[in-house]
Amino acid sequence: MTSKTDQALIQKAFQERMDEDELMNCMRCGFCLPSCPTYIESGQQEAQSPRGRIALMKAVVDGLIEPDEEVERSLSLCLGCRACEQVCPSGVRYGHLLEEARDIIAQHKRMPLHVRLVRKFVFAGLFPHQERMRKAASFLGWYQRSGLQTLVRKTGLLRLLPASFRQMERVLPDVPTAKELKNRPHRLNPDGSAKKRVAFFTGCLMDTMFMTTNDATMRLLQLAGCEVIIPPSQGCCGALHGHGGEKELAKELAKRNIAAFEQLDVEYIVTNAGGCGAFLLEYDHLLKDDPEWRDRAAAFAAKIKDISEVLVELGFHQLSLRVAPQTVTYQDSCHLRNVMRTAAAPRRLLQAIEGVEFREMKDADRCCGSAGIYNLVEPEMSMQILDYKMEMAKQTRATTIVTANPGCLLQMKLGIERAGLTESVRAVHLVDLLLEAAEGAQAARGEERIRQTS
Amino acid sequence: MIPNEAKKRLIQIVGAENYDDTKAGRLVYSYDATPQFQSLPDAVIAPRNTQEVAEIAKICNEYRIPIVPRGSGTNLCAGTCPVEGGIVLLFKHMNRILEIDEENLTATVQPGVITLDLMKAVEGKGLFYPPDPGSMKISTIGGNISENSGGLRGLKYGVTRDYVLGLEVVLANGDVIRTGGKLAKDVAGYDLTRLFVGSEGTLGIVTEATLKLIPMPETKQTMLALYQDLEAAARSVSKIIANQIIPATLEFLDQPTLEVVEDYARIGLPTDVKAVLLIEQDGPKEVVERDMKKMADICRSEQAVSVELARSEEEAEALRTARRAALSALARLKPTTILEDATVPRSEIAKMVKAINEIAAKYQLKICTFGHAGDGNLHPTCPTDARNREEMERVEKAFEEIFAKAIELGGTITGEHGVGAMKAPYLEWKLGPAGIAAMKAIKQALDPNNIMNPGKVFAKSTRKRVVVTR
Repeated sequence: MTSKTDQALIQKAFQERMDEDELMNCMRCGFCLPSCPTYIESGQQEAQSPRGRIALMKAVVDGLIEPDEEVERSLSLCLGCRACEQVCPSGVRYGHLLEEARDIIAQHKRMPLHVRLVRKFVFAGLFPHQERMRKAASFLGWYQRSGLQTLVRKTGLLRLLPASFRQMERVLPDVPTAKELKNRPHRLNPDGSAKKRVAFFTGCLMDTMFMTTNDATMRLLQLAGCEVIIPPSQGCCGALHGHGGEKELAKELAKRNIAAFEQLDVEYIVTNAGGCGAFLLEYDHLLKDDPEWRDRAAAFAAKIKDISEVLVELGFHQLSLRVAPQTVTYQDSCHLRNVMRTAAAPRRLLQAIEGVEFREMKDADRCCGSAGIYNLVEPEMSMQILDYKMEMAKQTRATTIVTANPGCLLQMKLGIERAGLTESVRAVHLVDLLLEAAEGAQAARGEERIRQTS
Repeated sequence: MIPNEAKKRLIQIVGAENYDDTKAGRLVYSYDATPQFQSLPDAVIAPRNTQEVAEIAKICNEYRIPIVPRGSGTNLCAGTCPVEGGIVLLFKHMNRILEIDEENLTATVQPGVITLDLMKAVEGKGLFYPPDPGSMKISTIGGNISENSGGLRGLKYGVTRDYVLGLEVVLANGDVIRTGGKLAKDVAGYDLTRLFVGSEGTLGIVTEATLKLIPMPETKQTMLALYQDLEAAARSVSKIIANQIIPATLEFLDQPTLEVVEDYARIGLPTDVKAVLLIEQDGPKEVVERDMKKMADICRSEQAVSVELARSEEEAEALRTARRAALSALARLKPTTILEDATVPRSEIAKMVKAINEIAAKYQLKICTFGHAGDGNLHPTCPTDARNREEMERVEKAFEEIFAKAIELGGTITGEHGVGAMKAPYLEWKLGPAGIAAMKAIKQALDPNNIMNPGKVFAKSTRKRVVVTR
């Protein structure tokens, strides 16, 4: 419950900080409604639509209503998938409005002590520090391998946790050992002659829990003919902070990353997680009021490119790629599609793999319900959205669901588990499948040579 | 305000989960797509069936509580803005397609069905529901019927009215009546179906509709004609009709509109010409080819600088989507977008376009014009800023002159958006005092307590300027 004094402070901050022009640009045509997952899943509640949320934000600014619980509820139930921006003829930048509003509420709302402590630990104590992320991951790896996980599951200790955490625990990937969680090389040479010089954004979660996917990404870049630079001083992108109402922390992280990359003479800064890529791409907006950093942020943002776009540009899809025969469908990462505007490249790469029968699922561009930590804080709506997604996935009869963002990947794994499909369906990151395909083709060529010589 | 007693009874009918009077819950139903209007309802109610609607009407009639039926709130005349408070009635639970009758070529639907969903459902059976308002992806059939919505195919296929065969309507006193049916012919008494279509929720609440379907045309072609002269484009429209061709679509967009639409859609629309016509024909293959060729020739004879056929259905659909987005895309120019709906006989299109430009110049305003040129229905649109009072006054004066000009040319103040609260001050210009009196007599007979969407269609005083309520 937000007290009346907190509400008054929030309202004042809304009036000072919300972009009134942007709020007015919404001309309430309603074109966004059919693209909004929460509007659809809530049974067409206007308050759960972008148009409704903008109306509420504007009403708070205009002093028509207080930022009461219903307003907070409406804003917190938004996935932030930004599908509405794609279809908005007026070009309203809804995501920016939402981010600002959430930041204002989070910064002015008095939260219970335990929530504040957890937030401080996660946002300030853990994510910005890669060595701590590694320690946390190696602890997780130890938990998985020591038999403790089996013990915990057997004894039912997990039942002490909320259902959403329990489910998440089950689908966490097998984390590398402390030894494997390595410090990154600073530079990698291309296979053959260099076509391009690029930098790689390793991310924080991606470089710990999903380290193998990062390894695969760099390997693909080498195969495609890239010299890869990996600056050691980079860190977490700050997306979780930005979306979770910790804008100031996000700005600090942004500055650290800009400084880490700006001296490099590279054509692109390559990302392999839609959520991070989209946030990096909007550093210029994040730092728009900072004269010292604004232009530097814009220069940084201009270089951000998803791995799939880079691979297509370098003709990777023309190489020989092969996997065992399987039916594949692709779940768009919302931020990759709606903010980075990358949708065709991943599909093109998948369709280039021999052995892949690609089947588009209905509403592939609709959010899977993962949305950062949304599935943990809004489990009910998240699972409702996920169950629809799995229904669509099932209809394709796909045995492989491909995604391009760690959150979506975990969510798909969760969906597969919920739908009882663990025996027949797997979820993989696009780059992992691509590396599998490149190695598969190599192996096949090897066999061919052996047959010919024998 | 809703008396406690009434509130209790309403909740008894629909259940607490379908009755919302929280402040935020009311605020999000305080508007529709009409820029200048916003007013809070006292409660928002979502009934589950006709019986519940009837009981709600009875209670509201007893307590004199206004009822505003609302689909997706996409309308452009403030028709679903609760200007006198009361309850907003939602149809989110009443959204089923009840039947598609392939033998009689009809569809029976509940009011909350989304227009595009119905189109897709009948297309699956080789049938065609032609009314296609720009907002069809989200607007509801109930809303289309209440506002008698038009669309891009109005020229050849008519508007919603032409496809409504029968209705189930809840009257203000709670009576449920049925009009028409699956019949092609029916002259038993007054045509109540037509009376309710386009009555903007002021006479009753539509709770079910039987709609006419037609066979899907065999084929369709789309082309774009570009002009360096606005009036030459308008002349082409009259000439096409005068040559006895009725295309399925004949849309007009001027340069400022093209620019913003292209900025949104990014499909390679030309932005360096003064106007374009988007032309479509459907029907048997040979007829379509003949008509398209004839129309291309006419456009060229009127100095079209280029006439190009869409190469694929994908390309054609992109053009149509771009056109449908024109209104909202114009909102990119300035924060407030005032869209009007002046309509003239199609022979007067060129004169009307010219007059709009002169009026815009006189009041130093940017007025973009696009619309359904084929049926004389233009949408002069002024991107402005509601915060600039002085400019808003000029906008209002300019539009008054535009309406007056439309009527002078034998036209009307609204071709497809309806009167609502937006045009109410001007209705008398079109109908005269006797016309208004006749309409009021009907309203009085069906809704003596004036609870059905009050404040719409009839202005409290005539010639009152539109009031901006922010």
